[in-house]
Amino acid sequence: MGDTKTRTPARRAKTRAAQPEPETLVAYYRQMLLIRRFEERAARAYTEAKIGGYCHLNLGEEATVTGLMAALQPRDYLFTNYREHGYALARGIDARRVMAELYGRSTGVSKGWGGSMHMFDLESRLLGGYGIVGGQLPLATGAALAVNYKGGDEVVMCQMGDGTTNIGAFHESLNMAALWDLPIVFVVINNGLGMGTTVEASSAEPELYRRASAYRMESARVDGTDVVAVRDAAQAAVERARRESKPFLLETTSPRLRGHSVVDPARYRTAEEKEALKEADPLAHFGLTLEEAGILDAEARTKLDAEVKAEVDDAAAFADDSPHPDVSTLFDYTYATPVRGVPRRLPADPVF
Amino acid sequence: MATMTYRQALRDTLRDEMLRDENVFVMGEEIGVFEGSYKITEGLLKEFGPKRVRDTPIAEEGFVGAAIGAAMLGLRPVVEIMTINFSLLALDQIVNHAAKIYGMFGGQCSVPMVIRTPGGGGQQLGATHSQNVELFYSFIPGLKVLAPSTPAEASSMLRAAIRDDDPVLFLENLALYNTRGEVPDDLEPAEIGRAAVTRPGTDVTIIAYSRMAHVAAEAADKLATDGISAEIVDLRSLRPLDRETVVESVRRTGCAVVAEDDWLTYGIGAEIAATIQEGAFDHLDAPVRRVAMAEVPLPYSKPLELAALPSAESLVTAVRDTVRATGR
Repeated sequence: MGDTKTRTPARRAKTRAAQPEPETLVAYYRQMLLIRRFEERAARAYTEAKIGGYCHLNLGEEATVTGLMAALQPRDYLFTNYREHGYALARGIDARRVMAELYGRSTGVSKGWGGSMHMFDLESRLLGGYGIVGGQLPLATGAALAVNYKGGDEVVMCQMGDGTTNIGAFHESLNMAALWDLPIVFVVINNGLGMGTTVEASSAEPELYRRASAYRMESARVDGTDVVAVRDAAQAAVERARRESKPFLLETTSPRLRGHSVVDPARYRTAEEKEALKEADPLAHFGLTLEEAGILDAEARTKLDAEVKAEVDDAAAFADDSPHPDVSTLFDYTYATPVRGVPRRLPADPVF
Repeated sequence: MATMTYRQALRDTLRDEMLRDENVFVMGEEIGVFEGSYKITEGLLKEFGPKRVRDTPIAEEGFVGAAIGAAMLGLRPVVEIMTINFSLLALDQIVNHAAKIYGMFGGQCSVPMVIRTPGGGGQQLGATHSQNVELFYSFIPGLKVLAPSTPAEASSMLRAAIRDDDPVLFLENLALYNTRGEVPDDLEPAEIGRAAVTRPGTDVTIIAYSRMAHVAAEAADKLATDGISAEIVDLRSLRPLDRETVVESVRRTGCAVVAEDDWLTYGIGAEIAATIQEGAFDHLDAPVRRVAMAEVPLPYSKPLELAALPSAESLVTAVRDTVRATGR
């Protein structure tokens, strides 16, 4: 984990990409910090029973999320799996609306219908978090097909976890994307674990980016704890997809700092592994890097932290104050074209 | 008005809709170069080109999901799944995605797509290729399931399905492709969710859909020679289900037999029977009967296959028993 093995075109892009301006690096740091504090706040709200269902956090993936989203244009489309709070934030959706969705309120991004795993926002072109492993891949492939059909120049990014590379939909989607030259970048977030099963225990080819070779698709692996490296690798893949209408498979490696979801204590990890995770924390690491570079000192980081914490607390307060969806809206979203005979019965209502 | 086959009606309607709306395109296995396993897409590749007539790999989950994704961006894909048996490979995309996207995201994104697929036994295709699993899709809120039985309905209902903003499972039937019927010129799209009384009668109601609507008509002819006047309700839409038309008929006739091509236990007929007992309880003079496929994996052997499938004869027997049970 953590090694960087990039192949073309990511490597070429790395030498080409200019070193980001200090303000850009600070903006990345702030974005990563927002994701970190938001997820910590979500975990707390979950233990307070403010949030129901499943709740998967992006803790440890802040650099990956921030780097990937920095590589997209506003007009590009994003499909993700169920671990998508950070992506929603980085796509520019107000933290209030993201938190309100976790709280199941009508002010949430999906109006309280989706919850943690199913965030959707047309304006920022986040076309869904999806709860079924691999479900988003055929959809994203079809979205890329539609982009070409309409003659557009948008790119589709499709995020997934490492375990997803073993499901049939992964292979069917990569095959179609390569066969039809679709403008799509598949991104595997390799945190080493599918719930409690290691990549090595589930994948005959554990270097997941190599799977693309079966479809003659270009691919690369990048250190997911390095925000600039992720951005550069993703940007190269995205812009190539835009320019040449070619798919790409990008693998990012990063630690999952906590369990699979909020309720998972991760007992399958040894004490040594848990200790090592602290060392691997991408946020702390990036903070020190910025300090050493003279860009952001401890005082400035503390100030940023207070700012971000206030934003997250405000989001939680907003969510808590927001109304639940009215029960009268229960039947509003079953069909887009309402037709005769659609049932609108509550459990004890008679059929006639 | 022209007389044509069910197959021709589907093909002409697809062509019309593709000419009318450039966002309509077709995709599926062998639909382009091969012109479709059942030739529904004959000539379309030549006329519209590979962008709008897309041959796919054998990957039902992948290409059905891709059609959903394309529909999310505003296109109107019409997907062909070679037979409904193969739709099981796409179950996750149909049930967990096509049917859920509108509701799960709070009504922000619709999925205007059609999945065309034939069911039907009786072709000696064996256990895995002869099933009628439309029930699986009829069970799912968010999907619409249409089952036309005539060329005119095939045309008007396919038109409606393509123009509808929701995912529609459009059930065809292998035994119907060569059946002929009149199709009016300038046929309007059908109203989705409406059953039809296709033959008026006074003594008993037969409820059927798809191929069984034809079996019911044949049975009704035979019953008429015995002096039994059977009314036929063709469901046409399995979801939403037009319960009112069914119940209104049974309230007049006082007894009912459901003719279904699927298996009896938990089948479409079970839902119809439950509907009738709730909506016409005081009007029933006999228990509701169901005529359905024998509950076995359908065998290849012709005599075994014939014995397992519901026929006009089996329906006549069940209707006679039912009318006799009324004691009229």
